[in-house]
Amino acid sequence: MMTSRKNTFSLSLGISAIARVLILGLLAFVIFGPITNMLLWAVAEVWYYPHKLPLEWGFSFWERVFRPQGNAMESLITSVAIAVLTVIVSMAVAIPAGYALARGRLPWRNIILLLFLLPQAFPAVAVHMNIARIFYGLGLTGTVGGVVLVHALQGLVFAVWIATAAFSAVDPELESAARSVGASRVRAFFDITLPLALPGVLASAIFVFLISMDEFTGTYFVGAPDVVTVPMLLFTSSMEGNYQIASISSLILLVPSVLFMLVIEKFLKADVLAKVGT
Amino acid sequence: MATDTQANGPNRIISMVLVAPSLLMIALLFLYPLGFSVVSAFAESGSWGLANFYKAYQFYSRDILFTIVIVLISTALVGLFAIAIGGYLTLGENPRAVAILRWLYRWPLFIPFIVSAQLMRTFLAKNGMMNNVLIELGLLDQLQSVSFLDWRGIVVTFVWKQTPFVALLVAGAMAALDRTTIEAARNLGASRLRILIEIIIPQIATTLMVGLILTYVVIMSVLSVPLMINAQSPTMLTVDMAFRINSYGDYGVANALGIISYLITGIVAWFYLRQGLDNGGSPK
Repeated sequence: MMTSRKNTFSLSLGISAIARVLILGLLAFVIFGPITNMLLWAVAEVWYYPHKLPLEWGFSFWERVFRPQGNAMESLITSVAIAVLTVIVSMAVAIPAGYALARGRLPWRNIILLLFLLPQAFPAVAVHMNIARIFYGLGLTGTVGGVVLVHALQGLVFAVWIATAAFSAVDPELESAARSVGASRVRAFFDITLPLALPGVLASAIFVFLISMDEFTGTYFVGAPDVVTVPMLLFTSSMEGNYQIASISSLILLVPSVLFMLVIEKFLKADVLAKVGT
Repeated sequence: MATDTQANGPNRIISMVLVAPSLLMIALLFLYPLGFSVVSAFAESGSWGLANFYKAYQFYSRDILFTIVIVLISTALVGLFAIAIGGYLTLGENPRAVAILRWLYRWPLFIPFIVSAQLMRTFLAKNGMMNNVLIELGLLDQLQSVSFLDWRGIVVTFVWKQTPFVALLVAGAMAALDRTTIEAARNLGASRLRILIEIIIPQIATTLMVGLILTYVVIMSVLSVPLMINAQSPTMLTVDMAFRINSYGDYGVANALGIISYLITGIVAWFYLRQGLDNGGSPK
């Protein structure tokens, strides 16, 4: 009696162990399968149905797109330039706004904070196509400036909310101490508050940079066909059936994103995170 | 406390000046185009009316339904998988399996949507890795293999990309729960599934809802995924809007579809806010 119970017990343990391995294995396949498939395409020279693996391997597509005049190199330079400009524009408006929202006396402060969230609450395509129409009248479609403005709008909520949280996490006593020994308001801000809030502000800058690098919808309406960012190159080459170039541009976008995942916890400390959106 | 923080802060006028540029940006780049879309949807040659909506319904009623079905199925699946992942991370008894799952599930979180779409374009294709592995394992015949790049592909891509985000929120909320009720229920012999459904989920329901509403809005917003996975009819409203503009320059019908997609999104926000009011307070 005892032994048979013990046997069923160990049997069920064995079954649950097998189930655990199977489920985790399936999950690993679901998560890494698509990524592996992309990596295969990135190094495939020749690959067609019904072959399960590429027929020829190599890096000739890499060579072609990373030549100084290659299309990946060109779109990467465009993307990085747009992302840097987007960060500059976003930070220029988000740092003062974040400081005022954290320290200032603002009527309807919570409503203002929510206002920044609004663009995220509406389906983006419907708004972006009208931005494109308005920009067309202003001569901004097909220009880097137009694309930067659309990207900055996308990143604004993160820029402002994280900057607000970063300034809220700085002890106001330090600033008043600086003021009491004679520092001007501006000096106290640049010498004390801003350096202390810098890790949080940097985190929001990285966030905005990545949003701009990955942005598709706004660029599709406002920038195309003149401004070719990496996502636009990915899209057009994938639609043309050039999976090698689409996969190489996917990799270009993937690497900074994954690196970001690994370092974000260093930048965004818990005391700042706890204040996001408050 | 509040006065303490603000005693040395900028006064009212300086604060407003500091916030003004960012508010101006929202007004010019968001509120103005939003108003533009409403005006354009209701405008017909010289007067106001519903002609654009009638045309939108005539041409795209199938896609409106299709969009609602896709967004509901995807959001439901994201919720289900997020609870399963969060639940196992909280209640799992095998430390190694929990550690592997914790490392595994986050990967798609920071992968951009457009990259996810490209990954799935290769993975789910007729000659994609999914079919090939199933054939190698003997689970599928080569002749039976089909491409999944239709509505199923759209759902798979959205679920793949959004589940880690909601799972991260849900797992965080579950980790912050008071363990004593869970331990008490365990000692009374309740199964883990029952603890998950009856004790844990009710306590993290608000976090789950926030995650799912954000997911719902994201699915209504993202153009690249339906455009790259399946742009043929039936497809999602985002693709129809882009098509209406790029092929016909028809802003009237495109904006009517836009208003319809605001409504599909707005219904969810309304339910959420009402639920919050019924609970006797603002939603958290």
